[in-house]
Amino acid sequence: MGEVQIANYTINFGPQHPAAHGVLRLVMELDGEVVERADPHIGLLHRGTEKLIEHKTYAQAIPYFDRLDYVSMMCQEHAFVLAAEKLLELEVPPRGQYIRVLFSEITRLLNHILNITTQGMDVGAMTPVLWGFEERERLMEFYERVSGARMHANYFRVGGVHQDLPPGLADDIGAYVGGLDKVIDDIEALLTENRIFKQRNVDIGVVTAEQAMEWGFSGVMLRGSNVPWDLRKSQPYEVYDRMDFDVPVGKHGDCYDRYLCRVEEMRQSIRIIQQCLNEMPDGPVIADDHKVVPPRRADMKSSMEALIHHFKLFTEGHKVPEGEVYAAVEAPKGEFGVFLVSDGGNRPYRCKIRAPGFAHLQALDFMSRGHMLADTVAIIGTLDIVFGEVDR
Amino acid sequence: MANDPALGELVDGIEAALPGVVRGADWCRRQLTLLCSLDDLVRLLTYLRDDSGALFKVLIDIAATDWPGRSPRFDVIYNLLSLRHNQRIRVKVETSEDAPVPSVCGVFKAAGWYEREAWDLFGILFTGNPDLRRILTDYGFDGHPMRKDFPLTGHVEVRYDDEAKRVVYEPVQLTQEFRTFDFMSPWEGARYVLPGDEKADDVKGEKA
Repeated sequence: MGEVQIANYTINFGPQHPAAHGVLRLVMELDGEVVERADPHIGLLHRGTEKLIEHKTYAQAIPYFDRLDYVSMMCQEHAFVLAAEKLLELEVPPRGQYIRVLFSEITRLLNHILNITTQGMDVGAMTPVLWGFEERERLMEFYERVSGARMHANYFRVGGVHQDLPPGLADDIGAYVGGLDKVIDDIEALLTENRIFKQRNVDIGVVTAEQAMEWGFSGVMLRGSNVPWDLRKSQPYEVYDRMDFDVPVGKHGDCYDRYLCRVEEMRQSIRIIQQCLNEMPDGPVIADDHKVVPPRRADMKSSMEALIHHFKLFTEGHKVPEGEVYAAVEAPKGEFGVFLVSDGGNRPYRCKIRAPGFAHLQALDFMSRGHMLADTVAIIGTLDIVFGEVDR
Repeated sequence: MANDPALGELVDGIEAALPGVVRGADWCRRQLTLLCSLDDLVRLLTYLRDDSGALFKVLIDIAATDWPGRSPRFDVIYNLLSLRHNQRIRVKVETSEDAPVPSVCGVFKAAGWYEREAWDLFGILFTGNPDLRRILTDYGFDGHPMRKDFPLTGHVEVRYDDEAKRVVYEPVQLTQEFRTFDFMSPWEGARYVLPGDEKADDVKGEKA
């Protein structure tokens, strides 16, 4: 029998596939087992968030942000309220800022635990997921205690946060994160020096610094390629400029470096959380401007004016002066931004959501070219994509 | 006027290198937006990417806005970030339904999907984009949903038809009338006309 000629063939990866991290349909052209082209078809989870927000008041728009990237909920609310506050030129009281930073970092832990452990699962390690999800559950309890919801918190408000921390929560968070280093050590013991994990991740999906910038990368995808860029350091918002933390960068820009960056970021998040808890001042958690912020319920029982404000804010909402602003936060996945256009009314005229995953997934084609089919799974894992935000 | 001296210098630098390209500079809350025409867009973005005083190497986003009452109706906004100088800048062009925007895929690789998104959701055409397919909406979708004249409910809805054994598309049927809340305050310009009272303004006997 002579040599057999194998033509390129096209396979369909997803839309329902355990390693696709959601509803990703990937049309791949393969030469044997080598990827020649990968064409992501997205939009299977498109819900028209931006269109819906145009028809809602500012307060009603916040819950949509929880549902974009449903593993880093509060960071996205944060971007939206920052944009609205920038248009309103509203100051958030210090305690409100500390609580925001505290919960942004808890969110980062939630997200990175999910990403690191599922990346492990994508390449064959089962145990980290089981260990990590237990911790995620504990962290989501803090979400629940502060907002009433485990995931879709709707906790940040234009002007601050909805409520102060309930009594005892700060101590419980402090006691919990003190022991979290040990958990990260345990997960690292399973993955970091694991032979299989390294074989599947080292030198896979290499991105140079130049390529990362060309493709609009942000967050860990940029830092993994040795670009020291973190919005919390370079364009600090809230009280990040008072926090003492380090920004880890990778050297090679491969999947393994990005994994190491995420692990180190979790340790830095713990540091930030501890500083927040130690330094958090007393005082109000939300601005005292009742043209924007609803009055406390207790005031409504005795004050006519508070009652009127409450009625107006929950029917008509507050107005936002005309203008266009862009506000971005360092979400766990990268730069999450909101471009907000207001025509002076009580609803956003346009709210463009800049999701980091959208830019990252776009680069999947060039990152997986020439790799094996199985490496594509490791690359999807390292991109840290969640379809809620990619499809919007 | 210039809120940020460094960005103000940058605008002067552009004016010196590419005279007449920047049609205007808008400051809003210390953020700068440059206006330019469709023909100059690629030149301006290339300059912003390569000039040593700018180095806006990251295209963060391309946003589009629809102003149906205006001609041309669309704004396309390029949101740039300079890691080197830690600055952000936006470049805005105006376009209409049939005036194509030159693609900036050659300047920023990241532009590909953002332009597809603007085409899909707004129907803005881009010349030179190698892959201008729809991206977020359904296969075979009709219309451009982010336009202001596209209804929030859409035109079709899908369901699985057990008899046909496939997903079928049907016109949207609302079980109750779609309610638009205008949220307009009764104290600020809402004009309520009572039924039967439409001619109340004509009391002077003038014919409309």
